[in-house]
Amino acid sequence: MVSFNILVAVALLYVALLFGVAFYAERRAARGFGGWLYSPIVYTLSLSIYCTAWTFYGAVGYAARSGLEFVTIYLGPTLVVVGWWWVLRRLVRIGRTQRITSIADLISSRFGKSTQLGVIVTILAVVAATPYIALQLQSVTLSFAVFAEAGGAFWGEDELNGAAIAVAIGLATFTVLFGTRNLDANERHHGIVMAIAVEAVVKLLALLAVGIFVVWGVAGGPTQILQQIDASPIAHWDQNGARWISLIFVSGAAFICLPRMFQVLVVENVDERHLNIAGWAFPAYLMLMSLFVVPIAVVGLAILPAGANPDLFVLTVPLSEGQSGLAMFSFLGGFSSATSMVIVSTIALATMVSNHIVVPIWLNARAGAGAKMSGDVRSVILLSRRFSIAGVLALGYLYYRVSGGGTALAAIGLVSFSGAIQVLPSLIGGIFWRGATRVGAALGLITGFSVWSWTLFLPSIGTGAIISDAVMLYGPFGHSWLRPEALFGIAGIDPLVHGIMWSMILNAFLFFIGSVFSFPTPLERLQGAQFVNVFDYSAGSSNWRASAADAEDLLIMSQRIMGGTEAQGFFQREAAAQGKAGYLPDVTIEFVSLLERELAGSVGAATAHAMVGQLTEGSGVSVEDLIAVADEAAQILEYSNQLEAKSAEQERTARALRDANEKLTALSVQKDAFLSQISHELRTPMTSIRSFSEILRDGEMTADAQWRYAGIIHDETLRLTRLLDDLLDLSVLANGQVTLQDQSGDLRSLITRAVDVAGGEDSKLRVLRDPSAEAIVLRTDLDRLGQVFINLIANARKYCDAVTPTLSIKVRRVSGDYVIDFVDNGSGVQIKNQQVIFEKFSRVSDQSKAGGAGLGLAICREIMHRLGGEISYLPGQGGAAFRVVLPRAAILANR
Amino acid sequence: MAKRVLLIEDEPNIIEAISFILSRDGWTVHAHENGETAMAKVNAFPPDLIILDVMLPGRSGFDILRDLRAQAATAATPVMMLTARGQAKDRELAKRLGANHFMIKPFSNADVRDHVRALMEA
Repeated sequence: MVSFNILVAVALLYVALLFGVAFYAERRAARGFGGWLYSPIVYTLSLSIYCTAWTFYGAVGYAARSGLEFVTIYLGPTLVVVGWWWVLRRLVRIGRTQRITSIADLISSRFGKSTQLGVIVTILAVVAATPYIALQLQSVTLSFAVFAEAGGAFWGEDELNGAAIAVAIGLATFTVLFGTRNLDANERHHGIVMAIAVEAVVKLLALLAVGIFVVWGVAGGPTQILQQIDASPIAHWDQNGARWISLIFVSGAAFICLPRMFQVLVVENVDERHLNIAGWAFPAYLMLMSLFVVPIAVVGLAILPAGANPDLFVLTVPLSEGQSGLAMFSFLGGFSSATSMVIVSTIALATMVSNHIVVPIWLNARAGAGAKMSGDVRSVILLSRRFSIAGVLALGYLYYRVSGGGTALAAIGLVSFSGAIQVLPSLIGGIFWRGATRVGAALGLITGFSVWSWTLFLPSIGTGAIISDAVMLYGPFGHSWLRPEALFGIAGIDPLVHGIMWSMILNAFLFFIGSVFSFPTPLERLQGAQFVNVFDYSAGSSNWRASAADAEDLLIMSQRIMGGTEAQGFFQREAAAQGKAGYLPDVTIEFVSLLERELAGSVGAATAHAMVGQLTEGSGVSVEDLIAVADEAAQILEYSNQLEAKSAEQERTARALRDANEKLTALSVQKDAFLSQISHELRTPMTSIRSFSEILRDGEMTADAQWRYAGIIHDETLRLTRLLDDLLDLSVLANGQVTLQDQSGDLRSLITRAVDVAGGEDSKLRVLRDPSAEAIVLRTDLDRLGQVFINLIANARKYCDAVTPTLSIKVRRVSGDYVIDFVDNGSGVQIKNQQVIFEKFSRVSDQSKAGGAGLGLAICREIMHRLGGEISYLPGQGGAAFRVVLPRAAILANR
Repeated sequence: MAKRVLLIEDEPNIIEAISFILSRDGWTVHAHENGETAMAKVNAFPPDLIILDVMLPGRSGFDILRDLRAQAATAATPVMMLTARGQAKDRELAKRLGANHFMIKPFSNADVRDHVRALMEA
């Protein structure tokens, strides 16, 4: 007999293994080696979170109680995957193009990025999922109890509750660790997906193992088991047609609508084509999962004492046969089913709660400050997700306690399913019917939700718990037509069928009526057109007009949400696409729409819209948009899309020509300016030299004064020499006559040397570094590279105007390159000067303080150019910030 | 009382040199380094003569000269311009804007002294 302690140890080991898998997968994905992570098999296996503890334990119990009806739970999704693949494909495509993060986000986004709808769907999803999460806690707890009791201990309520709370806390920890590690684009969680794929394999193998044991080990072979099935009551059960149809419908719809299914099906999908494989592989998986359900149920009923809980046959049959190893494996299967469901559900729900409830409230509270002023949005979102995860699990635990954990597993599962599918009318209507409106969706959702709560959810908690027995029998306040199990006086229908029927009919009806009799806002029509015609033009239209939003403000905001590296990369790419250097693209309609979509991947469409809206001028919909909407015919739209593309191209060409022309003019102006500048730079020190030498020649002064004036002459001669050196250096670099040295050494000591040279002993400048990140071996012209560092550090020393000037030197990887950022805490460089400072003689601050000729950065730029790297100004960092991109060829090793 | 010269120039060494030369000749020299605030300085304490550099931080010497000539109080104040650029068109511009003398750096000390004397006597 397996002791209870060993079981707990095995469970913990198993969790540690999953942890390792998730961690490893995450690492691979982050390094870009995720090849097999993106395979259709992993995708298909991840879909198996459809099979929860309810399926693992509950299907057998279901079969023991109601015969073959359990098959409906597998038939629904099979029909959807096989017959409705075109709906799935459409959902996945919309999810991708609109960067949808959850089902609430999809509904909200479709109906004009409506915050209210997001809130409604979120609340609905949380309420519907709560019983289901409770169910998973219950099943894990019960399976622990089975082992404890088999070991001779008796578990009372206290032990059960203790185990449930321990499981809930453990799951919350795991989910927080892997579900909220980062806010990446599109909310994908490679680690989690990999872990649930492993769990999918474990639960399938476990169930198959128990099944094979039951057929060959207990019953004595296939022939015997078939005879036994024929003889058992399961074969003679009457099948209720209405229940079958309702259940197939509910489970099929739930396959699309459940937040956790939407998460793996749409959000975590990396390739639309995976649906093709999943189309046959997932039904095959379900078939294998259901293969031995009936044999196990039959054998369980036969060999176990009457009154044994059929929901636990999968465990108790092997245990009663003395197969404790098999029972343990089976336990792990059930454990896998429960944990994978809870983890994904919780992530999906937490994303919804955080994006649609917490962040909007927080944004509103800070509306005056504006998104860019409001601190680190990123950390607020992550924090709110973590709390949401804990909150969702706490709700599940609460439901478990209140409902007493007594109800049969399958019944809770179906209540939960029928709640989640209230989204179906709005979802299907939203992606196929352009006439669907926000009012219709809200009416349908609220009605469906209310009817479901009244007829199914509240009674499920247990009669007497919330709805009294009297109300169940006679209706509230004596209104008998409102009886939860006989609405409108139609009694005699199975309660489940009754609840599903009324909630769906009223939901769909009000959705339709509301849509027909309300007028959609322009934004709704635009979104509607994009969702319904997602396959015609995935390009997307623009809801923003050119505005006064400052590119730098947008960058600052985006950095807070997407993280610095991602945001800078995105801005730089977009700027390059517009033919501009640096990090700040023109704030065009296209750019703002793209940015909004990029942000939507992290915070949801409605929130992204609101955030960008705070920074851009026209937060509503512009005249152009209205015209675009009026002209709805898809053909015209497509034609105009083509025209737009053409005119955009022409504009690019024109801009390139204009730039070239400006450059030519600028070149000749530059030549004049350059000569005049050199003249100025040479004559200034000469003036001092001439004047003071004349003064010295005149004599008649103190020895001190003489000494001082000679000193000035000496310093000014040095200044002249330095200037000439710089000029020659620059000219040699610019003409490419320079011979680069081939040296190798490590970055850390190079930076240390530069800090020593440039810092000076009297310097107030504090330099912050991360020596571990600097452990890179380089092979390049180290003297030249060092010259660049010296220049940047010296600039910080000269120009940083903070009270305690601090320069931080950070080495990191940005899309395959090693970059070094030099960021000080002064007031930075004004935008208009950010490009200029790399020009010759551009000194944007006080001359006397600078002491150089304004050639330093120009030389740095030439050097980096020669070395094959880059140097640029990095806006939006607070102080002055320069980024040096090390030449790729120079990296020998990263220690 | 010694006459006041206002020197608007941003190079500390040149300020020191000119102050030395003119103080030795009996003038009181005040220096101001910023182009943007130069007019305020002039108006707060009107000098007898202004020596004005062309390349100043904040605002160019030509702009300041234009302002000086536009207001009654300083329309007649003698102005001597200094420049390190030394292009012909700068000299013409200075003349046209009403500078009394235009001097290219590097200058000889005697030249500065003589021209200041001449402008003050005129």
